[in-house]
Amino acid sequence: MAIFNLNINGETKEVDVDPATPMLWVLRDHIKLVGTKYGCGIAQCGACTVHLGDNAVRSCQLPVSAVGEQKITTIEGLSEHGDHPVQKAWLEIDVPQCGYCQAGQIMSASALLKRNPNPSDEEIESAMNGNICRCGTYTRIKKAIKTAASSENV
Amino acid sequence: MTKLKTHMGRRAFIKNTSLASGGLVLGFSILNSCKSEQAKEMAVREMPKEWFEMNSYLKIGDNGVVTIYTPNPEFGQNIRTSMPMLVAEELDVDWKNVLVEQAPYHADKYGFQFTGGSRGISARWEPLRMAGATARQMLIAAAAETWQVPKEEVTAEAGVLQHAATKKSAGYGEMASVAATLTVPEEVQLKEVKDFKLVSRSQKNVDAKSIVTGRPLFGMDIQEEGMLIAMIEHPPAFGLTLKSVDGEAAKAMPGIKDVVTIKSFKDGYEKGGFDTNAFPELVAIVGNSTWEVMQAKKKLKVEWQPITAYSETIAGFGGKQTINIPAGLESTTTHKSKMEALAAKPGKVVRKDGNPEVAFKNATKILERSYSAPFLAHNNMEPLNAFAHVAGDKAKIAAPIQIPSFIIPTIASSLGIPKENIEMDLPRMGGGFGRKAYAHFVVEAALISQKVNAPIKLVYSREDDMTNGIYRPTYHATYRAAFDENNNLTALHVKAGGVPESPLFANRFPAGAIDNYMAEEWTIDSNISIGAFRAPRSNFMAGAEQAFLDEVAETMGKDAIQFRLDLLKRAKENPVGERNDYDADRYAGVLELVREKSAWKENDATKHRGVSAYFCHNSYAAHVLDLKMENGKPVVEKVVCAIDCGVVVNPDAATNMAEGAITDGIGNAFYGELTFQDGVPQKNNFHQYQMIRMKEAPKEIDVHFVQNKIDPTGMGEPPFPPVFGAVANALYKATGQRHYSQPFITKKEVVG
Ligand code: FES
Ligand code: FES
Repeated sequence: MAIFNLNINGETKEVDVDPATPMLWVLRDHIKLVGTKYGCGIAQCGACTVHLGDNAVRSCQLPVSAVGEQKITTIEGLSEHGDHPVQKAWLEIDVPQCGYCQAGQIMSASALLKRNPNPSDEEIESAMNGNICRCGTYTRIKKAIKTAASSENV
Repeated sequence: MTKLKTHMGRRAFIKNTSLASGGLVLGFSILNSCKSEQAKEMAVREMPKEWFEMNSYLKIGDNGVVTIYTPNPEFGQNIRTSMPMLVAEELDVDWKNVLVEQAPYHADKYGFQFTGGSRGISARWEPLRMAGATARQMLIAAAAETWQVPKEEVTAEAGVLQHAATKKSAGYGEMASVAATLTVPEEVQLKEVKDFKLVSRSQKNVDAKSIVTGRPLFGMDIQEEGMLIAMIEHPPAFGLTLKSVDGEAAKAMPGIKDVVTIKSFKDGYEKGGFDTNAFPELVAIVGNSTWEVMQAKKKLKVEWQPITAYSETIAGFGGKQTINIPAGLESTTTHKSKMEALAAKPGKVVRKDGNPEVAFKNATKILERSYSAPFLAHNNMEPLNAFAHVAGDKAKIAAPIQIPSFIIPTIASSLGIPKENIEMDLPRMGGGFGRKAYAHFVVEAALISQKVNAPIKLVYSREDDMTNGIYRPTYHATYRAAFDENNNLTALHVKAGGVPESPLFANRFPAGAIDNYMAEEWTIDSNISIGAFRAPRSNFMAGAEQAFLDEVAETMGKDAIQFRLDLLKRAKENPVGERNDYDADRYAGVLELVREKSAWKENDATKHRGVSAYFCHNSYAAHVLDLKMENGKPVVEKVVCAIDCGVVVNPDAATNMAEGAITDGIGNAFYGELTFQDGVPQKNNFHQYQMIRMKEAPKEIDVHFVQNKIDPTGMGEPPFPPVFGAVANALYKATGQRHYSQPFITKKEVVG
């Protein structure tokens, strides 16, 4: 066990955990931020996607010891009032079915738009290909990303 | 106007004062601690000081805000929006003033809380509207009494009661306290479909804001004071059971509290049809956190032993049934050879019209084709999980499951406590697709909690979820068609079977459209657990049948859609046999609609299009799928879909479901497959089990509904089965090759 001071959604959180613990479980079990989801644990489904700095990463593969001072943003911290352009677009297109994959989808999509505010279809497909949606909402996800891209302030 | 006696939900309308103070009052309230974004937002705006319960489905606040308890568990079909819409429509209240809460399991109040079989909306169509209509009538009576005017002169619309002559007016909230004391009317009038103001108009998902902001909604998200995490270790192969366990090394790992064994059924317990469980004896490991338990689980030393063959009687939906579970370790190769052997022998004749033997004997030409499909894992994005807190003879459970009432007797028996002492909340499911109808994992959670005497959340790893499946069975079907010298279709013969169930629907189209018809089936026993998977059996038969009909049409030189329409015309005008289970007109209706909307042209050489149509769950769906090959890979460019499911309650949500069904169907047709070697599932996570991803999803989906006023029929499942046929038929157009055995594409692309 070891103590880590983490910067999560702009707040400092102290946890005392095994250094090998993936951020996914630190977030879910220790910090009680359960918006980040467990789907596969092996970087294959994207349900656990968070931002490390500005990059989308799979938190199931990110040991807490590797985070250091880097900022982590989870779905809960993406915006203060749930009004990030990607979240707004998701609501406008009414994307979710079961919803379990959607936090990961939104975190991947928002990271994509940050580095590429106007992605092509192919760029969207590549950036989103690591996120599985078992319910099959892909056509809506793509539409929502385009909607968000065409709105201001991404 | 439809007048309906209220007796059919009468017990549900009996007031329960314990609920009148609001919220999900169950002593504990897991779901309340995860208040929805919707509730939070409304709380800021306007929360009533007092609630008045009108019946078990709704309560009205003094300020006119209405809480609707939605009875069925949600797994993504958005019934948490569409079911309350039915109540709100008849109550005639502004949708903006409606708050939705998930009802807990409570059979007396909420009837059969079953999410499956595409029955949700159709089963709730009348009772939920009645709940709204009776409350509205009681509000009208309250206003009439208060104002001393005749009831008939009081109107109730959009949350406002009015008496025109005296210009009196009051919000529902003002009359709720009086209304709640009145007796429930004996009879109510429900609105005509044409008078709907809310139903049939798209309403946004009431949970969308909670979902996109990461609020805790799912079973997996439950956190309770003092809660421990539990995981299970099940046999690595079907056909094995627990022999012994040495948990010492695991117990010594950090954060670990205990290692226990559990037995899911009491000896002699008569199982229900959804008690399916290949691994009733398990090792459970319990600790402080998920990661610690996952690590310690690797240190378990467990010995397994072969099961012995057994028979058991199951009390299922269709009465008691005996099933035989053989011993042994099964493999896909053996399944295949056994299936082919049985397919070559006569099966059990389930239906016979005319004289198929003679027709085949006299045929000028016979077309014979065999189709097969593998076992499939459900692979819901949320792995199986359940929360349980068993203390003494009481149990508090939160179960993300599809049929709570079916597992309650098992939990009670296994724990040895009365059924009435089980409280069960129904958190949102991260997908279900049939898998969460089989709630063995809830029994496991309860038993573990009882053993360790603590609240626990049982979490299946993805690997546990995929390898302890209640799978879609592997199937096989042989179709034969006989033609005369003029190339007319004279007979059709289908013989289908599977491990361990037959997929056959003997009375479905094209039965009824062909003079000489025979349907046979066979089965092979297995110890691999199987169960419902989105549109059970149909999800195979539709693909086989619709691919075969495509080849029959081609053999006859007919257009694929016109050929089907001609058969349906025959089935309508002069049906063969009496047990045909479909309505030929509605069937033809979706084909005509999809033909129009896809701008289908006969023998269109410019596109690689496949058509397919199917009837199941009392609804009709047809697809036209356009596909092209790019670098040797199929790309689905567009799918046009037509559905007849009667009145569509929430059109955009239904469209979303149809889009999902189409994507799901393409994914499973292309890649879905689970194989076995010596009882061991050969895939255990998504690096091996290929799921459809955004790149492979259709570029465009265009969904249309037949407009009619028929009471709603199924929606979640019907658009799924025909996808397999549309894919197969389009693939043929694009490649020149017919595809008979699923999955159609087996090369796996590794994505990270
Ligand atoms: S849980 Fe991390 S990618 Fe699936
Ligand atoms: S919405 Fe269910 S998995 Fe994506």
